[in-house]
Amino acid sequence: MATKKKKTIRTIPQKRTPVREQDAKVRVKNFDEVNCGYSLEEALNESERCLLCPDPGCVAGCPVNINIPKFIEAISNKDLRGAYDTITASNLLAAVCGRVCPQETQCEGVCIVGESLEPVAIGRLERFVGDTAIREGWSNVPYIEPRGFKIGIVGSGPAGMACAADMAKAGCEVTVFEAFHQAGGVLKYGIPDFRLPNAVVDAEIENLRKLGVKFECNTLVGRLFTIERMRDEFGFDAVFIGTGAGYPSMLGIPGDSLSGVLSANELLTRCNLMRAKEFPNYDTPIPLGKKVAVIGAGNTAMDATRVCLRLGAEKVYCVYRRSRTECPARVEEVHHAEEEGVEFNWLTAPVEILDDGKGNVRAMRCIKMELGEPDDSGRRRPVPVEGSEYEFDCDQVVFAIGTNANPIIGQTSKLRLNKRGYIDTDENLATSMAGVFAGGDIVTGAATVIEAMGAGRKAARSIKKYLRINESTVEEAAESPVTSFFGIDLQERNYARIRAA
Amino acid sequence: MVNTDAGPGFKILAREDFSDVTYSLVVHHPLMAQAAQPGQFVIVMSHESGERVPLTIADFDRKRGTVSLVVQAVGKSTKEMQQICKPGTYLYGLVGPMGVPSPITGKKKVVCVGGGLGVAPIYPQARGFKENGAYVIGILGFRNRDLVFWEDRFRACCDELILCTDDGSVGMKGFVSDGIKVAIAGHKDIEEVVAIGPPIMMKACAETTRPYGIKTMVSLNPIMVDGTGMCGGCRVKIGNEIKFACVDGPDFDGHKVDFNDLMMRLKRYAAEEKAALDRWSENCRMMQQAPTIKTVEQPEEMPDPFEDALGG
Repeated sequence: MATKKKKTIRTIPQKRTPVREQDAKVRVKNFDEVNCGYSLEEALNESERCLLCPDPGCVAGCPVNINIPKFIEAISNKDLRGAYDTITASNLLAAVCGRVCPQETQCEGVCIVGESLEPVAIGRLERFVGDTAIREGWSNVPYIEPRGFKIGIVGSGPAGMACAADMAKAGCEVTVFEAFHQAGGVLKYGIPDFRLPNAVVDAEIENLRKLGVKFECNTLVGRLFTIERMRDEFGFDAVFIGTGAGYPSMLGIPGDSLSGVLSANELLTRCNLMRAKEFPNYDTPIPLGKKVAVIGAGNTAMDATRVCLRLGAEKVYCVYRRSRTECPARVEEVHHAEEEGVEFNWLTAPVEILDDGKGNVRAMRCIKMELGEPDDSGRRRPVPVEGSEYEFDCDQVVFAIGTNANPIIGQTSKLRLNKRGYIDTDENLATSMAGVFAGGDIVTGAATVIEAMGAGRKAARSIKKYLRINESTVEEAAESPVTSFFGIDLQERNYARIRAA
Repeated sequence: MVNTDAGPGFKILAREDFSDVTYSLVVHHPLMAQAAQPGQFVIVMSHESGERVPLTIADFDRKRGTVSLVVQAVGKSTKEMQQICKPGTYLYGLVGPMGVPSPITGKKKVVCVGGGLGVAPIYPQARGFKENGAYVIGILGFRNRDLVFWEDRFRACCDELILCTDDGSVGMKGFVSDGIKVAIAGHKDIEEVVAIGPPIMMKACAETTRPYGIKTMVSLNPIMVDGTGMCGGCRVKIGNEIKFACVDGPDFDGHKVDFNDLMMRLKRYAAEEKAALDRWSENCRMMQQAPTIKTVEQPEEMPDPFEDALGG
């Protein structure tokens, strides 16, 4: 590697390299990705903007602590494979995270460059590396020393995938159970193709398979067999539960059971996983109104509005009781939705959904809100403006106002739950049952993909500790493909240690 | 692209046709056969581009490792399944058992009512009650004598069996709700009525027992997608509460169910369902045959797809 002149804020390209996007008028008629990703030239240009700080804030800002300066430096040296290796040392799902992480509040939010210029586009660079790896068919399958432990993972979403990757790398035999007919969890059923193509998720799952992870779909853990049975009968040495929060909160207003009122989860699952957008070539239907109102303004709500546009709705509204400042969706998502023609109705809340006399939606009654004192979340509390009720013209209502804990694991196991029905864990994500760990939305309530992945990795560390798998030996073994050590078979050495443990 | 490592799917071992529209499939799934309890259901996908169809478990055989599903060919998916699901073929997806099992213990005298498609799923409940020592009165409703099935199975587990047909061609002429009146007239000590069938039938059953204050459980069949509580499509009104049939049910107190709401929500996709069926029927006519599932060549003894995962 040639030594370069030290970069300063004055010498780097001042402007963040823009990324090509499909034109809003075109993309609103297809499900192809909005963001086209960087070309090699664009990635090289952007990589020059990284100052390679000796004490980088971005690494600490990343929930899985990717060595960001190292991978960006590799890009600028045109060593894309090296960049990929650096990312995959912390995060197996570069192509996914590069797309869906809220970088503006994580790595990019603390980027030093961002203090005077726009921050380095770390997410776009990560995606560039992930996509390159998929295109080139790279995967990092280290030498893995089998350890004879069996790990069962419940749920194949981001938490489960991250935990599976770490446990497989630690030499464990990992099986992931998924209730749907395809693996991927929310990445598959929830996030639409124009943000995260299912093909990218499948490629990442294929990488897990290469690590030896097995996927068992069509398996509803809890009902087909219990967590207790996995541990006591099926011989899993540890179990990780990452089943997600999925149990949509209801509006709880008159008219919310009318036909034409559905959860964003239902809309997205029908469209993304069941491919209702290709009805009748796929059998699952998704009848859509002409004027759709989406209630809520989180990322799921943004996905729902944009899916409705692509399915052919004439008008799509986003209705949110607080203002734009408090809206929980990523800025980029709101911006994209706006570009595509979604009309935002801030400080508006529905109070009733009105019937057309045949069980369908005719309109909503909405009330205007104003912001009062901050609430527990630190955001200003919306307060109804008296006498401001009005009729809101729409013929379909999609609600995306959050989720509650899924009850199945609670119904079928003796695991201790908290007051809200989520699984109770200690700070190491251990549950009340020995050998059973949990993480992601089923512990914290709805959060982000990368937070779930962070939890999956944290649980993996705890499981290793629980099984007394020594991390340093794992890495040592992973990096040196030797099978004997001072003439002693490595497997034997291991065996002895496990026995001793 | 198939994401399951378990092989081609779930093998259909046997099939029986009860009538032009009703058929049963016996599917190999040892773990599900072990886990299944009366009142639970499964979701089936017959092929990769299919929809997820919820079906109540009609029977399970723990020794043979099979579950039986009874299907009524009413829409595109179920008619297509009628054509392509043959012994030796595979279901692409089969997940369950789903839902909270029906409580069947601790009852002395119960009435089990099945109408139409509900006849099959009431069977495991009747058998379960019997095995738990209850006196079981079975009431089955069919349109006419030609549609009657499983009479022998019910005779084997019911202390009394009342057959009702619309035309009186066998048993008593009338609806199952008339059968319930007969049963109530003959027995003053009925503790519970369990009714499974079309919503309108379950509503009639609940109205029949209401004046007597007899606890009446019904099994609801709203539209669902995932069956795991995630989509909320199957929400039903029970008294003042909203419940999800897939994870809170499917059994609910029939006296509290808002059947009108259920029936309205069941019609949500009527237009799309009809369009899909018309299009499919037209294709069948044009091609003179239905698209067939590829029968994967497999040795006769299928390895249990879960064996590996569970370490035997």
